[in-house]
Amino acid sequence: MKPEPELSLQDVEDIVEVIHSNFGYDFKGYARASLQRRMLRVMDTLNIKTAGQLQDFLLGTDCAFNYFLEHITVNVTEMFRDPEFYKIIRSTVIPILASYPIIKIWHAGCSTGEEVFSMAILLHEAGLLQRSRIYGTDVNHVNIEKAKQGILPLEVMKDYTHNYMQSGGVHDFATYYSARYKQVIIDKKLRSNLIFAQHNLVADQVFNEFQLIFCRNVLIYFNKELQNKVVKLFYDSLAPLGYLALGSKETMHYTPVKHDFATVDKEKIYRRIK
Amino acid sequence: MQTGNTLILIGGSAGSMPVLFQILEGLPAEITSTIVIVLHRQKNVISEFANILTKHAGNKRIIEPEDKQLILPGNIYLAPQNYHLLIEHDFTFSLDYSELVNYSRPSIDVTFESAAQVFKNSITGIVLSGANSDGASGLSTIISQGGKALVQDPASAEYPMMPERALQQNPLATHLSPHKIVRLIAWLNT
Repeated sequence: MKPEPELSLQDVEDIVEVIHSNFGYDFKGYARASLQRRMLRVMDTLNIKTAGQLQDFLLGTDCAFNYFLEHITVNVTEMFRDPEFYKIIRSTVIPILASYPIIKIWHAGCSTGEEVFSMAILLHEAGLLQRSRIYGTDVNHVNIEKAKQGILPLEVMKDYTHNYMQSGGVHDFATYYSARYKQVIIDKKLRSNLIFAQHNLVADQVFNEFQLIFCRNVLIYFNKELQNKVVKLFYDSLAPLGYLALGSKETMHYTPVKHDFATVDKEKIYRRIK
Repeated sequence: MQTGNTLILIGGSAGSMPVLFQILEGLPAEITSTIVIVLHRQKNVISEFANILTKHAGNKRIIEPEDKQLILPGNIYLAPQNYHLLIEHDFTFSLDYSELVNYSRPSIDVTFESAAQVFKNSITGIVLSGANSDGASGLSTIISQGGKALVQDPASAEYPMMPERALQQNPLATHLSPHKIVRLIAWLNT
């Protein structure tokens, strides 16, 4: 067995400091347990054994930090993850969205776009996609480039089809993509009203007003202080009575703005009421 | 939260449910430690797991923690489906939706390794029946931090691979029959 890389909590703090002062990215508000895991994972991949070596790597070449940034963020996602959640979006939220002339939705931390494509399918099935604008943003520009292409591996489509059906989908899921070799491309008409752009929840500001914001399984990587700041950003980005959808184990419970939101469903869908 | 409190970590996969039921049934009415259970489970299906375990735990509630929930002694926690469960130094849980580890999310190794850094030598880690090698590295971390490592006797396991791998990687771990594991955990809680 090869020796494991080592990284103490103090090492993590030092690396966070080095990154902030050299590259301007601020990881201070990231939850330490997962940040440490991600750093160790990057070190393991690069065969780096110590914090000192990691610093040398980061400061060594121009592209090193880009590599680090791409791999330190979690880029795991699925179409129609948590089918019960999408059932509620379909039955409870979409009928309300239908009353707006232009529907504006933001997927914050959209990774490679799978949740954005899922929402586009729901809006398409409700006949609302043509008057919707869905913004997908992520801190990782590689994710954004992938999302723009709309290409997914063929091997995951079986799972996604299952999720889609569990979420109450009744159409032929295979009509939403075309397969070629071992990849599929999401149908162009589903992607025509999607806008993908890089945005950093830690540092960037409000950029539009939305009736629905998705931010699922992103806040779990932040500490409570940063969670509060980001939820406030969502509050400021929501139209009155707009919806905020979080991941199934994320909660508004610890944030000061919790009284400005009502709980719509146990699937962590909230509505701005103040 | 007192750091002196004991944390009992139980990792199980295929074939672990009967042993887990016995462990829960053998607990005293009030427990003094914190128990965290990590089981390999299906994703994207409605899960009644926590309720099923609760029935075997004399109606002690099994909590599937939310992100940043405080860890309290006297509680039994179950890693939620489709997340890794981590422990922060301020004794809160944090969740992680990153890549599968040992083909699993939640992964036993991830929770064991994370918990060992916070709870140091106040941990007892237990690996039950299963058909992969998850938990073996986690037990190593627990041992290196001064905690205790227990493994279900492979001969007693419906799927012996997980206990066997755990013992191969950790010669210092103790292997026990399910009956003795049940008694030991009950004793740790009196």
